[in-house]
Amino acid sequence: MTDTVQNAEATPDQPQPAKELGLAEAEYRQIREILGRRPTSSELAIYSVMWSEHCSYKSSKIHLRQFGEKAPATDALLVGMGENAGVVDAGDGWAVTFKIESHNHPSYVEPYQGAATGVGGIVRDILTMGARPVAVMDSLRFGKVSAPDTARVLPGVVAGIGGYGNCLGLPNIGGEVAFDECYTGNPLVNALCVGVMRTDGIKLAKADGPGNKVVLFGARTGGDGIGGASVLASATFDDSKPSKRPSVQVGDPFAEKVLIECCLEIFAADLVVGIQDLGAAGLSCATTELAAAGTGGMDVDLDVVPLRDPTLAPEEILMSESQERMMAVVSPDKLDDFLAVCDKWDVTATVIGTVTDTGRLRMTWRGEQIVDIPPRTAAHEGPVYRRPVERPLDQGILNEHDGHNLPRPRNGRELGQTLLRMVSSANLADKSWVTDQYDRFVLGNTVLAQPDDAGMIRVDESTTRGIALSVDGNSRYTRLDPYHGAQLALAEAYRNVAASGARPLAVTNCLNFGSPEDPAVMWQFAEAVRGLADGCLELGTPVTGGNVSFYNQTGHTPILPTPVIGVLGVIDDVAQRIPSGFVNDNGQIFLLGETRDEFGGSAWADAEHGFLGGLPPRVDLDREKVLADVLIEAGRAGLVESAHDLSEGGLGQALVESCILGGVGARIELPAGLDPFVALFSESAGRALVSVPRTSAGRFTELCEQRALPCTRLGVVDVLEIHLQVEGQFSLPIRELRTAWWAALRQRFE
Amino acid sequence: MTFPGSLDDRDAARAVRRAGAEAIALWHADPSLHDVDAVVLPGGFSYGDYLRAGAIARFAPVMESVIAAAKDGLPVLGICNGFQVLCESHLLPGALVGNAGRKFVCRAQELVVENTATAWTSGFDQGQHIVIPIKNMDGMFVADERTLDKLDGEGRVVVRYAERNPNGSYRDIAGITNKAGNVVGLMPHPEHAIDELTGTGTDGVGFFLSLTGVSA
Repeated sequence: MTDTVQNAEATPDQPQPAKELGLAEAEYRQIREILGRRPTSSELAIYSVMWSEHCSYKSSKIHLRQFGEKAPATDALLVGMGENAGVVDAGDGWAVTFKIESHNHPSYVEPYQGAATGVGGIVRDILTMGARPVAVMDSLRFGKVSAPDTARVLPGVVAGIGGYGNCLGLPNIGGEVAFDECYTGNPLVNALCVGVMRTDGIKLAKADGPGNKVVLFGARTGGDGIGGASVLASATFDDSKPSKRPSVQVGDPFAEKVLIECCLEIFAADLVVGIQDLGAAGLSCATTELAAAGTGGMDVDLDVVPLRDPTLAPEEILMSESQERMMAVVSPDKLDDFLAVCDKWDVTATVIGTVTDTGRLRMTWRGEQIVDIPPRTAAHEGPVYRRPVERPLDQGILNEHDGHNLPRPRNGRELGQTLLRMVSSANLADKSWVTDQYDRFVLGNTVLAQPDDAGMIRVDESTTRGIALSVDGNSRYTRLDPYHGAQLALAEAYRNVAASGARPLAVTNCLNFGSPEDPAVMWQFAEAVRGLADGCLELGTPVTGGNVSFYNQTGHTPILPTPVIGVLGVIDDVAQRIPSGFVNDNGQIFLLGETRDEFGGSAWADAEHGFLGGLPPRVDLDREKVLADVLIEAGRAGLVESAHDLSEGGLGQALVESCILGGVGARIELPAGLDPFVALFSESAGRALVSVPRTSAGRFTELCEQRALPCTRLGVVDVLEIHLQVEGQFSLPIRELRTAWWAALRQRFE
Repeated sequence: MTFPGSLDDRDAARAVRRAGAEAIALWHADPSLHDVDAVVLPGGFSYGDYLRAGAIARFAPVMESVIAAAKDGLPVLGICNGFQVLCESHLLPGALVGNAGRKFVCRAQELVVENTATAWTSGFDQGQHIVIPIKNMDGMFVADERTLDKLDGEGRVVVRYAERNPNGSYRDIAGITNKAGNVVGLMPHPEHAIDELTGTGTDGVGFFLSLTGVSA
């Protein structure tokens, strides 16, 4: 029997499965207080998903506020945080919107569909802003490369991202792939999408205007993903408790592709008042959020929702996370035109409700009232927790054991052998086994893609303007010092964007952590958010939006804290892009920035010794700004031919990659007065490797001097040289380096 | 041509314009060819291709017109999914099945042009090596031995993979033509090699210039 409002009033003491749906006792009491009665089962379904950690950000909210409070003054933002995605002014009337989101837990349960629907979800978020999605990126983390389960999860995730993104016709322009034991039972799949629109085309998620029609369009609603992302993402994998691992949603990229084209035609004809995609918490989320942001009320007839499975109960319809669905608010006079566009694209569209000014979200089922709630209470006024925070007990010991006595290579030969091993280690090896499964050419605007430092696309073929994007994270640094670890991730993404020649403007983030109920994890989270907010303020790049993913742990063991930071930049003319690989013969190679003995959390300590301890490299955001300024200015003036940021693996890794990507050799002399090992493998921040035409070298070094940026000449690019020669240390054939670098992941997964 | 699920249609239109021609949008549900001088069937996943690549597209209202016009000599170029549609439509022999590596493959690919007598390759030199992107899931060209011998014997292999065969295609076949030379199917994507900035170079323009006769 359907649990109606009337029934709920008549049976106040009827037991309800609040706990099973993930609601705390106090939360259930709060719902009863809001409604002045017990909720109906449908209302309970709505509140349970909307108040889940995934949808409500109840544990993170008080920390995330800093992104707004410490937001730097900028005129680059057209839409800030709070909407589906932030919007950045790219100049000349072009606007760019971008966001990153996690799909971690579903990707562990079902790698292909989990990753595929992760792409689908973030693409709809971007579409919802009124933009044409134009590129995707992804940040992936898996268990050790040798772990048996990695052989299951990684190929599935990569195929899923490719299968969905390729089918949508969106170029995949980069990202990262990293490996660490901590992700064995909890891989991270963070998907980023960027969209482009004209500044006057921005759409917002709100249901305004009483009498306007609420239209559900796209795929039919099925039983997939019921209690999926929202409940799933809020529960840790623990065998001892009842399973909270329901079905993962199943993606249909063709339906999404058609939905994208349909929406863009609808936007172009200005046929909607407001629009929202259906992601986590499905109809519950779309109806409550649209109503809460608009006039305040909505009447919905659940009977007319097109179903894939006619046996679904109203609670299931409300919780279903079936993919490829959108909800629009359309004024009655434009309804026919709206439906005509849907018809052209064979997209099912159904009027399921009307906007009202009652301040209530009301739903009927079989003619009876089953939902009657103030929508704000579900969408925005959920519980907020100030979780206990406590520095992990082992933090001090971890920082003290800095690995200064780890054996280092002692001579040139050992340095060379170390470099060879390092470039073939999983985290530093070539990722083309992964990226060759993604289409990077479609749409014809891709200017740079992996393995370049940043991905870059032209915003439209009618302009030379472009955007560059990089996503970075380093969980080892963050474990050692979450405040600075988050800043190092930010600095790296910022540096990568600048190294491509673009001016960094805005930030998105995906914060992957363990359980917020663990005070040590919550400390990591609080510190990382504080570090990121402070860093963004200092760099002048505001956070425009993002996503928090908690409960990333196996049993009681959390993953290493993993804030993944995306930075977006703008370049006036994409022809002035700077590639990462060396280009021309006789290019003068310079190292920019200062190198210190910094190996805490380094790739060397990890790959060579399996060691994690000490403190991460020092952060100097002022220096990062100067470095970025120099790279951008040199790029504009045509002074540099290539630029590669120094991060994991240090100078050695950057030299090898720049040689391989350029298909050239190089003759190098390490900086005088610096231990050769430190010079090659330290991960000091704020550095880049550039090559400069001989004729520009004077002007370039002058530019560095003016900005007081340390600039050391290392050597020359030699197109006939088949070695990487490091004077007085070693000489390694590029071919051998290339094979080691290129083959490592291929051999593992082929 | 745009089918729902076409992805490289705008890229194909751009390439056509680059070669000096006007690009006219054709729509799967509209049987009219709007008096065009040639048709490009672009890459993508028409109708999702959940059944078999191109299997549903061949029944699109517009394809009836394309098939009839192609038999009358209208130049038709099928790229990737377009090639699959041409095979499904029996305008070209053989079939395209899942890549031998069972993975999507996207990379710059070296090819050798073997037939310069078609409507789409007359601008190349016999034996010319070119580099254009390949990106496909179902790109392995297969046919029975007799058909393969016939294609080879009649010189109907238009382009062959010159280095690592990316998808296991029989006899390294990357593109073929019909007897008349007006219908060409290519697995690689020439429309993504029309400018240095966004593609793998400009080797792809030749296919479109061959048709328009405009010199490069």
